Amino acid sequence: MQSLLNPLGPAAGEIASLAWLLFAGGGAILALVVLLALQAVFAPRAWLARPWFVVAGGVVLPVAVLSALLVYTVRPMRAMGGADARPAALEIEVTAHQWWWRVRYLGSQGQIDFETANEIRIPAGMPVQVHLRSADVIHSFWVPNLAGKVDMVPGRTTRIRLEADNPGTFRGQCAEYCGGPHARMALYVIAEEGARFETWRIAQRTPATRSNEVFASRCAACHAIRGTGASGQLGPDLTHVASRLSLGAGTLRNDATTLSGWIASGQHVKPGNLMPSFEHLPARELQSVAVYLSGLQ
Amino acid sequence: MLPNPSPRPAAELEELRRVWTPPRGFRFLTEVNNNYIGIFYVAAALLFFLLAGILALLMRAQLAVPENTLIGSELYNQLFTMHGTVMMFLFAVPAVEAMGILLLPNMIGARDMPFPRLSAFAFWAYFLGGLAFFASLFFGLAPRGGWFMYPPLTDATYSPGINEDFWLLGIGFIEISAIAGAIEIIVGVLRTRAPGMTLGRMPLFAWAMLVFAVMIVFAFPAVILATALLELERAFGWPFFAADKGGDPLLWQHLFWFFAHPEVYIIFLPAAGMVSMIAPAMARTPLVGYRLVVLSLLGTGVLSFMLWVHHMFATGAPHFSLGFFQAASMAVAIPSGIQVFAWIATFASGRVQLHTPALFVLGFLFVFTLGGLTGVMTAVIPFDWQVHDTYFVVAHLHYVLIGGMLFPLFAAFYYWTPYTSRHALSERVGRWVFGLLFVGVNVAFFPMHISGILGMPRRVYTYPAGLGWELPNLVSSIGAVLIAAGVLLFLVDVARRFRFAVEGNAGNVWNAGTLEWLPSGLYGTRCIPLVTSREPLWDQPDLARDVEAGAYYLPCPVTGVRETLITSARDARPQYVLRLPFPSWPPILAALFIAVFFYMLTLKLVLPAIVCGVTAVAAMALWVWDLDPGASHPPVDIGGGLRLPVSLTGPSSHTWWAMVVLLLVAAATYACLLFSYFYLWAVSSGVWPGSGDLPAALHGVGGCAALLSGSAALVLAGRALRRNSGRQLYVFIAAAIALMLVALAIEFQAHAAMSPAESSYGALVHTFTGFQAFYAAAAIAMALYAMARRYAGLLDAVRRNAFDALMLFWHYCTVQGVAGLAVVHGFPRVVG
Repeated sequence: MQSLLNPLGPAAGEIASLAWLLFAGGGAILALVVLLALQAVFAPRAWLARPWFVVAGGVVLPVAVLSALLVYTVRPMRAMGGADARPAALEIEVTAHQWWWRVRYLGSQGQIDFETANEIRIPAGMPVQVHLRSADVIHSFWVPNLAGKVDMVPGRTTRIRLEADNPGTFRGQCAEYCGGPHARMALYVIAEEGARFETWRIAQRTPATRSNEVFASRCAACHAIRGTGASGQLGPDLTHVASRLSLGAGTLRNDATTLSGWIASGQHVKPGNLMPSFEHLPARELQSVAVYLSGLQ
Repeated sequence: MLPNPSPRPAAELEELRRVWTPPRGFRFLTEVNNNYIGIFYVAAALLFFLLAGILALLMRAQLAVPENTLIGSELYNQLFTMHGTVMMFLFAVPAVEAMGILLLPNMIGARDMPFPRLSAFAFWAYFLGGLAFFASLFFGLAPRGGWFMYPPLTDATYSPGINEDFWLLGIGFIEISAIAGAIEIIVGVLRTRAPGMTLGRMPLFAWAMLVFAVMIVFAFPAVILATALLELERAFGWPFFAADKGGDPLLWQHLFWFFAHPEVYIIFLPAAGMVSMIAPAMARTPLVGYRLVVLSLLGTGVLSFMLWVHHMFATGAPHFSLGFFQAASMAVAIPSGIQVFAWIATFASGRVQLHTPALFVLGFLFVFTLGGLTGVMTAVIPFDWQVHDTYFVVAHLHYVLIGGMLFPLFAAFYYWTPYTSRHALSERVGRWVFGLLFVGVNVAFFPMHISGILGMPRRVYTYPAGLGWELPNLVSSIGAVLIAAGVLLFLVDVARRFRFAVEGNAGNVWNAGTLEWLPSGLYGTRCIPLVTSREPLWDQPDLARDVEAGAYYLPCPVTGVRETLITSARDARPQYVLRLPFPSWPPILAALFIAVFFYMLTLKLVLPAIVCGVTAVAAMALWVWDLDPGASHPPVDIGGGLRLPVSLTGPSSHTWWAMVVLLLVAAATYACLLFSYFYLWAVSSGVWPGSGDLPAALHGVGGCAALLSGSAALVLAGRALRRNSGRQLYVFIAAAIALMLVALAIEFQAHAAMSPAESSYGALVHTFTGFQAFYAAAAIAMALYAMARRYAGLLDAVRRNAFDALMLFWHYCTVQGVAGLAVVHGFPRVVG
């Protein structure tokens, strides 16, 4: 479940503990106020009507509780503020676009290792530093199982540290209204055990070995497939598109049929998206491209 | 010993009724009496509440099931933008302002608001502008950027078309209406109270409205400036918020939230004030902790300006800078807590009669407290990092707004209907309305905490199945239907039982203690009472009888027109009689033409816009022409041996006070512009010029010299007026005008070579100049007006309000201009 109460990483874990405390405390105070109000109406007591009661309940109680809460929150804040001295195992740059995520894995010198989109894989149990940017409007990067959200603001680079305790798949979603199909801008973060992650990383670095005529003439203006002549930058990099869980930034499950459907009528499931529907593509061409892309693991 | 001997001659009451009689037929629309304007205002606010509520029902229908295809993303994005915008700007603030206009005069012992035509103008501007704004939905032209309108999404690149311009120009104009109301309420609460009603004896609703109005004065300017800047960026490409040209999207967020956070307390405090009137009446005992509650109102007002960054916790700002805002956001719970416990103590101190108003107060206590607690939760930064921009916040905001404002408003409807209607509303139906609303609100909004916790973001037109969001959403949608049923039932009851009546109203059915429950007519009360305590009707048992008999002050018009008393701010000592205007066309015409002016601009029809703008200004000139009637009437006897003047000039006059409040608004707007300048410098100093690239220092110095000389000329004009020397007056005013224009010309010339569209620096500099030009135009118009009055023989050494208003405004323009020149010419030189 994509729930803040289902923490699967240390940052989310800190927040979840805090959340339970807040819910318990809030519930208790609400119950107290309700009981006092009912008492005042149905069985009033003299002490309820004194000014000192107003001071006790309205000043002393909140000051005490809130001060304690403020002190309690210092530690989780510091923990999430990067007091973690362990160096990041990996640096990734995510640039948000209207309505998809450009993901670039960085090498040791900060150079671009390889590019993918809408899905991030990380080694489980290790912190990953993610640099967040935006190519157009304000978006927000949010994977509730792992951490709180950080906005992606054009003109700035913000940062988030992601760490998953164990291997798993975590869904995230853009959390700052970005117009149009904002509701359809999601992503997956997949944590894998060290060796499996390395295998994936090496595979992602490898360029494609085959190209496709239809793709080159219809799709290369916007999309890139490394190893072929296609180098469009307007849309997601598709070099290993078949290795991803979803299409359309978390909108559809990724398999051969959904792939054809996405190409032919993407506007139907993600209206307003910047990729047009290729409704008039002859069926033969559509099949050719879909089969080709399904082979790009 | 009562001030006036009774019984009074019958002709007095007839004369009183006569001057307050509303016009008949079509001309009734020109009425300015708060009894009518207040009701129009409340009705309009309710209309917008219903309209925005219908939008919410449509949204809930779409979200009831996952992957729903009832409403597509384009329409849904317009719906949620309009729902939020209409609720916040066209319902919430106007509704509480409306209750103020309806209730305050009678509650504080005045016959009307101090500027009745201004409240009429404010109402019509709001009503006509609001209707036109809402109509944009029917043309597919409604804004889609969210009620908070963040750039770059709302700039011309990512929101082409005129949808967002409707918001910027439409709401900008409605903000004018709110400020007009604020000026009126401040002057009204401080200067028109009944004799003897010291600040310490003032009803808590009056305190709440005073804080409300002062908050508007300092909060609204931020959104007015932000709106203007974004419109300049959209229309002309001036890059305040575009990062690639030295702007910053976060500048908008700072300006907007500096307004919008206080805005929610602007909405809540009057409601809290209403609860502080209703709870004691229901318990039949005075409020426990009056002073503590007053301090809480003041404290909330001040503190609320220190919280705005809590809307920006996720923007990646350094954590240590956020900590202050977390602490302040928690601290603001304290004054609210004080009030909650004061109301509980008040209930305990008496015997609560569980009439419908009391039920709504209890409902309010539950819903608002729950909302306040989730507010403290979201104030905790790490927790906010998870729940920000999710349905958890949607739940929180609806709990505090519905709990904190809507429930008190319904309590107020049931409580004060007998004050303004022949019949009270039905108790039996009222219980059902309460039940449906209380259950409906909790069923609709509690599950949103859960969907937020489960990861559902805000502002989504649909959601996938399988994430656990189905059940909470379905339940919420059912709750929405229950709320609609409750509101519908309420409307049916109103239609059946509400019959507008002032003299024949249902009367003091609650046996409450405050002055609005005195027998009254369109003229307010028969005479203005002397107040000696907080609950005059409880402490002076014969008050109603004596007031009806005309035994107190001003039992009849003394100058042949509508009147009320101006009293001193702290102790309410009578100072002079305020002559109030009769109904007239200029306010409603000015409102209409200003509304059309703004909408012509939205549609980019510039020439028609100019024509409407000029017509509006002409209407306003006509309106103010019969102000300041001067000492054309000798001092009058109001009873109790008091002889009072019928007008006043100088710093104690209500006109002076109104102008000062207006200048505070202007100064607050300018302060936001200065903030924008320094903020963008801090963020993008790269686009700032080096000292070598600045215009010659002579420009700045020359401009200041011209401005200061202009003020000096005006001071000389004032001396000339005191000596009654007409010719010198004209000469000095003309000189001042010329110097003002010279200062402007110097500044235009200084920056002629710089393009405002190339960098945020250029945009800012031109905005400073543009600001000054706009204020100069207003100042020059006022100067010409003063000269016209002199020419017509209506301005002299004693009768000089028009000149005093000009003088105050002019000197403000000088200060503003000099500050601007110092920053634009001086600051870059200082920082090299």
